[in-house]
Amino acid sequence: MYELVVLGGGPAGLAAALEAWDQGVRKIAILERDRELGGILNQCIHPGFGLQIFKEELTGPEYAQRFIDTLRETQIEVVSDTMVLAWTTDSDCKRIQTVSPAEGWRQIETEAIILAMGCRERTRGAISIPGARPSGIFTAGTAQRLLNREGFMVGRRVIILGSGDIGLIMARRLTLEGAKVLAVAELMPYSNGLVRNIVQCLRDFDIPLLLSHTVVDIAGKSRVEKVVLAEVDEHLKPIPETRKEFECDTLLLSVGLIPENELSLQAGIEIDPKTSGPAVNQDCQTSQPGVFACGNVLHVHDLVDFVTREARLAGDGAARYLQARRTAGRDVSSAPNSEQTVFVRPGKNINYVVPQKLTLPLDEDPIALLLRVSRPGKDKEIQVWNGDRLIKIFRRERVAPAEMERLVLSNKELKSISGEIRVVLADTDPGTESERTEKSGGAQ
Amino acid sequence: MISPTYDVAIIGAGIVGASLFHQLGRFQQKAVLIERENDVALGSSRANSAIVHAGYDPPNGSLMAKFNVEGNRLFDTLCEDLAVPFKRNGSLVLAFTEEEEKQLEFLLENGKKNGVPGLELWTSEQVALKEPNLAKCRQALFAPTGGIVGVYELTTALAENGLVNGGDILLESEVTGIEKIAGNPDYFKITLRGGRTILSRFLVNAAGLFADKIHALIAPVNYTIHPNKGEYFLFDHSEGNCVNHTLFRVPSRVGKGVLVSPTVHGNLLVGPNSIQTDDPDDTATTGSGLESVKQGALETVPGLNFRKNIRNFAGVRARSSRSDFIVEEVPDVPGMIDLAGIKSPGLTSAPAIALAALELLEHAGLELKEKTTFLSRREQVYFMALSPEEKCKLIQKDAAYGRIICRCESITEGEILESIRRPLGARTVDGVKRRCRPGSGRCQGGFCLPKVMAILARELGVPVEQIQQDRTGSWIVCPSNKRTAEQTEKNAGGKTDV
Repeated sequence: MYELVVLGGGPAGLAAALEAWDQGVRKIAILERDRELGGILNQCIHPGFGLQIFKEELTGPEYAQRFIDTLRETQIEVVSDTMVLAWTTDSDCKRIQTVSPAEGWRQIETEAIILAMGCRERTRGAISIPGARPSGIFTAGTAQRLLNREGFMVGRRVIILGSGDIGLIMARRLTLEGAKVLAVAELMPYSNGLVRNIVQCLRDFDIPLLLSHTVVDIAGKSRVEKVVLAEVDEHLKPIPETRKEFECDTLLLSVGLIPENELSLQAGIEIDPKTSGPAVNQDCQTSQPGVFACGNVLHVHDLVDFVTREARLAGDGAARYLQARRTAGRDVSSAPNSEQTVFVRPGKNINYVVPQKLTLPLDEDPIALLLRVSRPGKDKEIQVWNGDRLIKIFRRERVAPAEMERLVLSNKELKSISGEIRVVLADTDPGTESERTEKSGGAQ
Repeated sequence: MISPTYDVAIIGAGIVGASLFHQLGRFQQKAVLIERENDVALGSSRANSAIVHAGYDPPNGSLMAKFNVEGNRLFDTLCEDLAVPFKRNGSLVLAFTEEEEKQLEFLLENGKKNGVPGLELWTSEQVALKEPNLAKCRQALFAPTGGIVGVYELTTALAENGLVNGGDILLESEVTGIEKIAGNPDYFKITLRGGRTILSRFLVNAAGLFADKIHALIAPVNYTIHPNKGEYFLFDHSEGNCVNHTLFRVPSRVGKGVLVSPTVHGNLLVGPNSIQTDDPDDTATTGSGLESVKQGALETVPGLNFRKNIRNFAGVRARSSRSDFIVEEVPDVPGMIDLAGIKSPGLTSAPAIALAALELLEHAGLELKEKTTFLSRREQVYFMALSPEEKCKLIQKDAAYGRIICRCESITEGEILESIRRPLGARTVDGVKRRCRPGSGRCQGGFCLPKVMAILARELGVPVEQIQQDRTGSWIVCPSNKRTAEQTEKNAGGKTDV
């Protein structure tokens, strides 16, 4: 029996397993469905990774390799080419059913699990783009894999729908490979990508970003021949008289990512409809004791550095859970009761907050709330309330849904909290005390 | 060049043509199935509701009523024999108004006359008990023989079985001319695009949306085909249990209305509407059409979560200028059979139409002699349906069954290899998908597309760039600059060697 099994060998799984190892957990396995570790980083050959964690700029594979190298110095077991089909929970252990060419179907027993399965891309179906269904329509990540890992161009004349980061990076990548990216269309009146990507991937290459635009038709009997864009009104409905036709052979979709939680759902784990990931406490523990979650399976991150930070929290949480199991008398196989739980709720103009709950008693460590606002704004403050008590204000010169906010609350600030914490976005009141503010988290 | 000679040539490898081709496999007479596309089931058979209808609504006395009820009965054995997914989940016709209740009475009577077994009227409470997610209806007609089937799997399996039993299949073979050559006996000379010809004593027109054009190649026009498009939503497995039965509205002038049904693969299907179109190949969806389907479905199941949609598609039905199916010997062209205007309930009727076509062929002079070597059974591995022990055993035998390629549907490399290596094996990414489903799940092939392409290229011995998504011309990738440079270098190197 393992102490800890980590599902997924991408950045989240790697960092979580390593952190648990550092905290003294010794019987750890990483289950990876691919043949190599590294997950999606393997296809992210552009630079920009590691500025927070390593204070230098790395490519995706380089970033992953740092963790893989460290892993080699441990006795963490890596079980690759292995797919997890399901898991069940008993009071004494969890049983994970896997299938692989080498081992066939088998059951693996473990005391704790860390979920690190990552996310998947939203597809054409999720947004019901009308039109024909020829070849040449890819999600941006699939196109990225085909180009960067397999060495194939996905097309020569390209329209990109959605200004998510992968779409922006692919606009640059395809341009460098000799394709013509005709336009990036974005449904919202603002971009969903990081500002640095808008600048470095679009502006530097004169690729037009068409805000408040969407795809209203696709033509082509066998391969894409034409994509029709139109402007949308304030209700996001296309305006017919603004239709513009683009002759092209390819449409890339960068219209969002969804945490991949089919396994979690199957196991009965509570999912937050806002994040589409598990609802967790400050240790990244899900509604099922001994099951933790981190990285894009928990909520979609902008930067891998943030994934690493969260994964370490989960690895540490799992280590402490295992320790507590060994400590006599304390029952950790049942979920905390309501008096031990403080819920953290997104309030006005906040899309979501992770963690969704805090389990009392809190320890010495400060607690970081990760959140996304629901619309962009300037000169805002994010307020953290416990009932009628304003715990803290975080001032921001600008906020955007594309950029995750991180609010750190000290043990002192969280003293004597109870019931419910609510986070809201408000206009900055010029009279508010500036000593309670903090500079922007620095997602750039 | 001598043209190959057959006893029966069938034009069109949709569900109707494939059903007849399968039946002919039982006999010593030689059949050929001719298809213009690069795979079977690429016309109306690829995009429809995949419903096995009970048969209460076609007008009593019509061919549609007769073949629907007869065809329905044949599905259990057929799907069992051919290893095709099929389930009798039962269907409900819902009445929301007093007027619609009256129509239910009519359908019940009509169904009884048609010979549909087990029909019952359910009260609002009975319906609510079995279908808690429905809008409150007044009454419903329950038909226990209604079912759901894997429609491309069935069409492919039928064609494959005909092939295994000695028939020939010609893909990418569009018929451009038909002549009758007098002799003893007479022959049809069928010309294919590119000039190839084949000879056949008997000819069956199962060309679906193009049946009128095939008919007109040799006979005076006595019907026309009027393509009629229907649009759909297909939902994630998470919504597959939202309803248990196939839920119909009371039929109106424009058709059976928007249905909501689980699929045999565990998804939820919503659609279709009904739009006249001039182009039989027009399977594009439209914003307004999809919106109307959505509104129609929400009337039946108010809580449907359209955010869980994974794919929209449209299919085209082959309605004809006549009100009934056309299943007859072509007037003035002895030996040629029309199986045309096979709109809904065409899928359900197909097995019975095939039997009727055999009779028509015999009547026209074809002597059918049963063969002793007929193989009726077909096996196919559905990995996830196996028990843990069976899974272990299979992976021990072939490790490819232990590698899951499509994570959404849990489809293994073994199943994909099997779909390519079988007789009538897949040649395209969508061909693989239609046979064993990788790419049909919630990520729509985002993760498995590169892997399926690589497997296809390896198996077919062609470069990945040549792998097509679907019909001919649907290329997926072209070489990157790096690859082109490598290739150029390699070629240059090769030349100096010479």
